[in-house]
Amino acid sequence: MEKVIDPEMDRKIANSSKDNIPGWGMDADPENDPTYPMKRWNGADHERIHYEKAPQQPVNIEVLRSNERPTITRVFGTSTPPQGLSGAIRRWAFKYSEGKGTHWMGLVLADRVNVIEGVISDLKNGIVPNLIEELGWKAEWQHNRKKFIARTAIKAIAVAATAVLLTRKNKK
Amino acid sequence: MLAMNFRGPFRIRADRNRPEPKIEHPYDAIVRVTRSLICGSDLHLYHGMVPDTRVGMTFGHEFTGIVEEVGSGVQKLKVGDHVLVPFNIACGTCPFCKQELYGNCHEANPEATASGGFFGYAHIAGGYDGGQAEYVRVPYADVSPTKIPEGMDIEDAVMLTDVTPTGYQAAEMGGIQKGDTVVVWGAGPIGIMSARCAWLFGAGRVIIIDRLNYRLEFAKKYAFCEAYNYEEMDDPVVFIKKATDWFGADVCIDAVGCEASGSTLQSVLGKKLLMQAGSTTALHWAINSVKKGGIVSIIGVYGPPWNIVPIGSVMNKGITIRSNQASVKRLLPKLIDHVMAGRLNPKGLISHRIPLENVSDAYRMFSEKLDNIIKPLLIPPRALTA
Repeated sequence: MEKVIDPEMDRKIANSSKDNIPGWGMDADPENDPTYPMKRWNGADHERIHYEKAPQQPVNIEVLRSNERPTITRVFGTSTPPQGLSGAIRRWAFKYSEGKGTHWMGLVLADRVNVIEGVISDLKNGIVPNLIEELGWKAEWQHNRKKFIARTAIKAIAVAATAVLLTRKNKK
Repeated sequence: MLAMNFRGPFRIRADRNRPEPKIEHPYDAIVRVTRSLICGSDLHLYHGMVPDTRVGMTFGHEFTGIVEEVGSGVQKLKVGDHVLVPFNIACGTCPFCKQELYGNCHEANPEATASGGFFGYAHIAGGYDGGQAEYVRVPYADVSPTKIPEGMDIEDAVMLTDVTPTGYQAAEMGGIQKGDTVVVWGAGPIGIMSARCAWLFGAGRVIIIDRLNYRLEFAKKYAFCEAYNYEEMDDPVVFIKKATDWFGADVCIDAVGCEASGSTLQSVLGKKLLMQAGSTTALHWAINSVKKGGIVSIIGVYGPPWNIVPIGSVMNKGITIRSNQASVKRLLPKLIDHVMAGRLNPKGLISHRIPLENVSDAYRMFSEKLDNIIKPLLIPPRALTA
């Protein structure tokens, strides 16, 4: 690919006509070099946390709070409060600040445990997860059949080989 | 109601038995979703790469909808308004909002100070259920949600909730000067929109790099840019150096984020072993191929806690790194004007229109890049037919 590039072309291309491009250059800002004022400084930072706040959303569920802030925010999401073993791990993780790997790794561990809890919860509620639907295999079958079959076959062989190896080991 | 339901990495279902959201706060509104998009960053959740993504959550941060109910404190929005809902949840009164950093609101996410509050983006972004559903709870309804202008196509409107402002801000953060050569790493929807918007700032040359030829072909036509496949290069950094008179690009935009391909070491460490928060291959290439004193704009998403980055080159080359979540509300007036004037065509990025009932297939297609997919749109069964 490098061979098709003419090293002297850069400025020729850049200086060529842009008449075909709608709106070319209309938002150009010579003062935007390098810091466009994405933040329109008005001194509000120095209010620190003493600014006008909305009323507090009633706390009817358990909300985990980053220990890098003094209180929970005035609004928060109510999706999937912590529960079970994964919830316990999350509570532990939230004892550490966002600057600690322990915090994030704890949450990743909780997420993986939560997947198992999700399957158990489904079964308890009489739901047998439809993996073909959940994994979107219909789309693979429709648009990627050959690769999908090959990939599935390789995985099946790998699982079968592992099972055979484990069985043999157990027999010994 | 019908809603997307996350069951674990690569496993989601269209669940017909999800409870409808309620007003939880005086400033809330309940919105009946009319259109919803799947974002490339939703794939990071889908792939299990974002900490605190809980089983049972509904994703989706790009949506339009009709206001069905408002809380007692809502004054501007009325029942029946058709609104586009920016992905940032913003209070409008904290110091960050007051300075137009609406993506960094201090009163929307109790669970992390490292991120603002976003719809449907795990508990790292506040634990809000998202818009890949029939109904959504929208906090601070008077601040960011915006009535869809008369005459605007609903598909353009939904594209203004994230992908268009995010692509625009990526270009804006590049501090592009007239005549600059801009290199966009990644030809996903955000990368393509960044390439298109770079021209608005007067770029002299726009180059986009990816590995998927169908996306490069699309980008070439949609964003009027040069498009090259890095898999056909010996070394993408040398390619860009040579292509810029051995100088380096004036501006590089990382529009890939944590799932970049192109380096086995990065992929194994970041995507397989999770030893770092994803692969930083695109960011490496951006830092190494930008000129000395150049600007690297990072709009690709990286998760916590850390990444391997050549920070020594940033210092030695005097590179300015600029990055943030898009401040959608700040950019909307300008972008609405660009769309209404025909200068931007956001809906042109939408390649697939899929019923919400088939959300798991839509995710699989987007994740595996099937059927030349660029940007999938979800249509809930109770949506407008407009």
